[in-house]
Formats: sequence, C-alpha cells, structure tokens
Amino acid sequence: MTAPIELRDASVVLGDRTVWSHGTFELPEGSLTAVIGPNGSGKTTLLKMLLGLLPPSSGSVQVFDAPPERGNTRIGYVPQHYTDHVGNAVRCRDLVRLGVSGTRWGLRTRASERADADAALAAVGAADYADRRLSQLSGGQQQRVAIAQALVGRPDLLLLDEPLANLDLRNQREVVDLLGQLSAHGVTVMVVVHDLNPLLPHLDGAVYLLDGHAHYGPVAEVVDAELLTHLYGTQVKVVRTAQGDLFTRGA
Amino acid sequence: MGGLLASAGWQSNWASVLGESFMRNAFAAGALVAVAAGLLGYFVVVRQGEFAAHALGHIGFPGATGAVLLGISPLIGLGAFCVVGAVVIGLLGSRANERATATGTVLALATGLGILFASLATRTTSTVTNVLFGNLLAVTTAQILVFAGFTVLLALVLAVVGRPLMLASVAPEVAEAKGVPVRALGIVFLVLMGLLVTMAVQAVGTLLLFALVVTPPATALRLTARPSRVALTSILIGLVAVGAGLTLSAMFNLPPSSFIVGVSFLVWAITLAATRSRFPSVEVAHDHDHHHC
Repeated sequence: MTAPIELRDASVVLGDRTVWSHGTFELPEGSLTAVIGPNGSGKTTLLKMLLGLLPPSSGSVQVFDAPPERGNTRIGYVPQHYTDHVGNAVRCRDLVRLGVSGTRWGLRTRASERADADAALAAVGAADYADRRLSQLSGGQQQRVAIAQALVGRPDLLLLDEPLANLDLRNQREVVDLLGQLSAHGVTVMVVVHDLNPLLPHLDGAVYLLDGHAHYGPVAEVVDAELLTHLYGTQVKVVRTAQGDLFTRGA
Repeated sequence: MGGLLASAGWQSNWASVLGESFMRNAFAAGALVAVAAGLLGYFVVVRQGEFAAHALGHIGFPGATGAVLLGISPLIGLGAFCVVGAVVIGLLGSRANERATATGTVLALATGLGILFASLATRTTSTVTNVLFGNLLAVTTAQILVFAGFTVLLALVLAVVGRPLMLASVAPEVAEAKGVPVRALGIVFLVLMGLLVTMAVQAVGTLLLFALVVTPPATALRLTARPSRVALTSILIGLVAVGAGLTLSAMFNLPPSSFIVGVSFLVWAITLAATRSRFPSVEVAHDHDHHHC
C-alpha cells in the first residue's frame, strides 16, 4: 500500500505568483497531519490541489496513486466557513445525506443513504440534533455536522480547512478527539489550522508552508521553537509540562 | 355596516362574478403561479435568490413595454428579458449581489427604459400599470397555456437537477469538489426563476412579485425544513393568497394584486409571530449550547 498523498517537487502558481514550490512529501495512511503556515501561504490552495480543483503548476501530485480529480469519492472535504451558506433552511439529517445523494441526478432515492446519514451523525456524536436546523446549533455542533457530511461516503482521506476556527477550547478539544478517533480507525486526516496546540495530543506530523516552500515533518521535528518562530515570524516557545504534554506559546 | 360596505365598493353580485370566464382564467393563472413559485421557492430561499427575483422583475419591465412598442405580446418581451437577464446575473455570479451600486444603477436604467418604451408606444398606459402591478383579470387562455408549459418545464427540470442543485446551494465548495457543475446549476436555477418571474409579473406585477415568489416559501420555511413539505406548504399559501385575493377583488370590484399581496403578508406575519419561539436569535442558541461526548 503506497501513501494516500504523495507530492514530488510540486508547485502551484496563481496568476504570476508562485504560492509555494518544492512540495515533496508523502503522508502515511491513517495519519493525522496539520497544515500550518502564515496567512496567504497556500494552505487552502494545497487542499484544493488534492481535491482536483487546481492543477499543480509543476511536479507531480498523487492521491491514492492517481492524479487528483474532482468527484473522488474516497475524499471527504470540510471547507472553511462551511456553514455560511446553509443558514436556516436545512435539517442536519438532510444536509448530511446530501453528502452521498447530492451528486445524483433525478428523483431516485436510496433507502441505504438514510441509514448512512444516521450512522455518520451518530459517529460524530450529533445524533441528538439530527432533526434540527444547522442555524439552531452551536459552532461546535455545526462543525460536527459538517464533518458528518464529509464522512457519510466513508472516505479514506478527510481534508478539513480551519475546522477549529471560532470554537471555544472545549469544542476544539472535542472536534480534535473526533479527528483522532478517525485517524485511529485508518482514515488519513489532513487539517488546516492556525494553532498546533489543540491538535498536539493526536498529531503525527505537519505540512508547513514556509518561505514559499512546502515542507513535511513528523511531529517531533515540527514542534520546534526555532522552526515555529521562523514560520510565524514571531517568537514562539515550545513547552513540555511535567506530565509530558507538549504545547507552544508566543513568547 | 351596509353603508360602509357600499362606500367601499361592495358588490352584492360578487358570487356570480367569480363564475365569469375572466375570473376562471384568473384563478387558473394564479394557481399556476402559486404552484411554480412553491416548487422553486425552496431554492429561492436557500440560495438567497430574493435579490435575483427583485432584479429580474425590473429587468423584465422594459422587455414588456418594448414588446408593445414593437407590436408583439408583452409576455414575449417580458420572458425574453427575464431569461437573458437570468443568464447574465448567473454569469456575474455572487458578485452581482455585492456590487450594490452598479446593480442598483443598472436596474434603474432598466426601469427608465421601460417607461421610455411605454411613452414611445401609444395606448400603453394600461400596459405600464399591468406590468408594474399585474392584472390577473386580463389573463387570456393562450397565456394560461404558456404558464402551464412553464410550470411543467420547471417541475421537470427540478426533478432532474433538484438534489445536485440543493448540494450546490447549501455547500457550494463541497459540491464543486464532488464534481457537481455548481456554476451551470446556478444559471439553470436563474433561468427557471426568469420563467417564474415572467408568470408572477402577469399576476401581481414587477413591484409586488415578492409577495408570490419569495414570501410563501419563506413563510413555509418557518414551519418546516423538509424540502417537499416546504414546497407543499408554499404552494398552499400561494393558492390561498390568490384565491382569497381574487374573491376579495370580486367583492369590492378592485384590482386583485393588492389583496393577493395583503393575504400573503398576513399569512407571513401570523406565521412569524407564531414561530418566534422556535427561532431564537443566534446568540441565544449559542447560550443553550449542550455538549455530547
């Protein structure tokens, strides 16, 4: 089994700006990987490339041993600001079901999809509010439903763009634990974040977009004061507590 | 009481007026508009297409008066301008929504052109009034057939594209990643809206079409979030508004548009008040946050 994601010297150009280049890495199956980098460094661009929405300008990108292509059912995707469009109009149950039925033309329905949607909602702990509308839920609950929609097609790779933004600490932890469980079950998880700290308990490694290059490092290598300081352009300290917990903080 | 009713134009023969052929035509045309609006309505609300409905009404106005100037049916001009306008708005995408000044200016130009065309053509004061405020009582059998064709077409297209359109409406980035043609579906939706607006203008006019195109589905959405129930409830509200509006119009010998809009508003206002507790503000919803592990 080769890596779910494999980049060889990939680069991406938008207009006449090279967003990043020298992207060479592969992610192990079932790993939980963070994508970090300053604003505008091309984190979302990387996800779009893996989704087949944006071709690499050079080099090669392989997702499950094939060039990225739209409509790959092995990928689940939770975009940033997911809930902006949904508003008041959809029940969580229907929204999640669209994750599998939304690509099918015509009126035909499949009973199995209803069960799949229920299972996905249960898997993220959202079964209790399946019949409520997304706008009636808290930020953390909305994020679970968004993840359930991405999970309903049973993807092998889950791409999430800033799923922890605007969540309080408790909800951040719950979403991260959920992602950790998924990766423990063999789903390869790639998650764009601004802050590594909430992910550290489950993190295997990180793609960091630095100085226009896309690097990959395992967690021990990435959680490094010098690297993070360079990455964010501001002093960052790495602290290990007496219990062995690792966290970073701005000095 | 009797005197008051008489001064308000009370028609004691209203029941027999309802049986006249022009009234039967009005009921049929109004019912078709209600059905078409209910079918498309869920998407109008989910896609926040209220702006597009409003804009298409304005864009259709010079189409209708221009057609009269050319000596063809205003329905043809209205339909052509609405459908072409829909494609243009679709191609501009969500940017059309954001460019408020540019959009408002273009819509003002459209209305100005509409008045100009009407002034250039003779004997069109009634056309202007009809396009701005609608006139269900003047609907012909031929127009009803066109409306029926539009409604069937709308239902068929929605039957095919409904689910991908829904995904593209609520989660456009996800839809795009899944290979759903989001942009093309947006244009298809707007063209359907153009057909609906063409019908609704005949019923209640460009200035009042909100009451039949947006208000019923928005009201229905307060009561249920299931797409099929939203459609059915919306159709029902539209039928009640058209039926009650036309009946009141016969009772008082006044144009039906105001009554249709009035009934639509009443149903909306009552529903809004009755469902207030079900839709607390977002802040309140967050305060009631409960967690599951």
